[in-house]
Amino acid sequence: MADVHLPTTLMPLFTGLPRRLDLDAETVDDAIGKLDAQWPGLRDRLCEPGPTIRMHIHVYVDGERSQLETPLEARSRVDVIAAISGG
Amino acid sequence: MSRTVLLIGTRKGCFVLESDGDRRDWSTRGPFCEGWPVYHAVFDGSTGTIFAAAASEWHGSAVWRSTDLGETWTHSSEGLAYDDASKKLSKVSTLSVADGRIRVGVEMPGIFESRDNGDTWSLLTTLEGQPGSELWDDPANQPPGHLGISGLTSDPDDADRFWAIVQGIGAFETIDGGSTWTPRNRGLRADWPREHEEVGFCVHKLVRSRADGDRMYQQNHVGMHRSDDAGKSWTEITEGLPTEFGFAAAAHPHDRDTFFVIPLDPGHGRTMPDGRAAVWRTQDAGSSWRRIDRGLPQSDAHIGVLRQAMAGDTSDVPGYYFGTSTGQVFASADDGESWAEIASYLPPISSVDVAILD
Repeated sequence: MADVHLPTTLMPLFTGLPRRLDLDAETVDDAIGKLDAQWPGLRDRLCEPGPTIRMHIHVYVDGERSQLETPLEARSRVDVIAAISGG
Repeated sequence: MSRTVLLIGTRKGCFVLESDGDRRDWSTRGPFCEGWPVYHAVFDGSTGTIFAAAASEWHGSAVWRSTDLGETWTHSSEGLAYDDASKKLSKVSTLSVADGRIRVGVEMPGIFESRDNGDTWSLLTTLEGQPGSELWDDPANQPPGHLGISGLTSDPDDADRFWAIVQGIGAFETIDGGSTWTPRNRGLRADWPREHEEVGFCVHKLVRSRADGDRMYQQNHVGMHRSDDAGKSWTEITEGLPTEFGFAAAAHPHDRDTFFVIPLDPGHGRTMPDGRAAVWRTQDAGSSWRRIDRGLPQSDAHIGVLRQAMAGDTSDVPGYYFGTSTGQVFASADDGESWAEIASYLPPISSVDVAILD
């Protein structure tokens, strides 16, 4: 199970969405898909058509900047960050 | 006692200002929409729903919705994307509502529509094939080149008919729900070379009179204009105004000849001339203009007002409202004769809409 940490800016948008959760997923894209299945619309908040990860959303897997196709290990830590974006 | 509700779209969320029918004392609620930049918030009187077009730099574009005057909100962007990957939807810019159809204009230029009260959206049109569309379809002109749909004007009597402004290109009318379009820019002035006879005009704001649907007013980059045939032709009415440039405008709800505009300096500043705030009013369809500044700051007031940031209500003695790029809201409860500052420290304001609720 990957240990997924989400940005605080997402919590108010989806009822019951926790700050962190465990997900059984093979890739970053798979993890986002599973989040979207439980909280419809969440994919759109992290990805844009393509699909690609939105410009100001950064995803790190075990500390490395990652993309949708990045594989997840059983104990990967996934950090989804709302990057600095103006004042 | 009736309630007057103002919807204020700002760079840091949507705010709701509320007063009674006298429109003198106001309370403020917000920010809503989680502080997302709100470009246009409107009230759908048929359902009592607030819609707010917003674009987060982190989380993209969505239309927010509240069915309880701002107490609770949801958002949706389902369907709010181009299938063509070469077309990027960077911002939802403007909203209109008519007979259960909620339309949102976006950058790069396109109009999406919802018929389920904002749950889902589908692409209505990109005005493909219209003269000038090769400019806005050129990737080099895509946002941040600012070639989006900057205004939508609906017809309360015919949901299939509405007008759209393509920024830097001009105004277009459809009478069949967006299937076909006609440029509506005849008679406008442009002080620059144009590639097409029918387009190439910088239309900032289109306002249609509630009292006479054939009467329209337009503030554009180089002048005020009036139409007496629902936009088919335009006559310039700039003479008497301090500048030819501005964004915000509002029409009187009961008198087709009365209209308000806020002229701005046309340079980089785009603020009210000489730091003295004023609204200008015509009561003779643009033959003459009167400066109104009672209650407005008359020194060091370097304030701007954007295209969606002025609105008028439909009371017997109409009220008017405008919000500034520096976060003030000014209101008039006496048909524009005098003004009062009713909010002072909001974030930069993009839009103002008003509803009178019984």
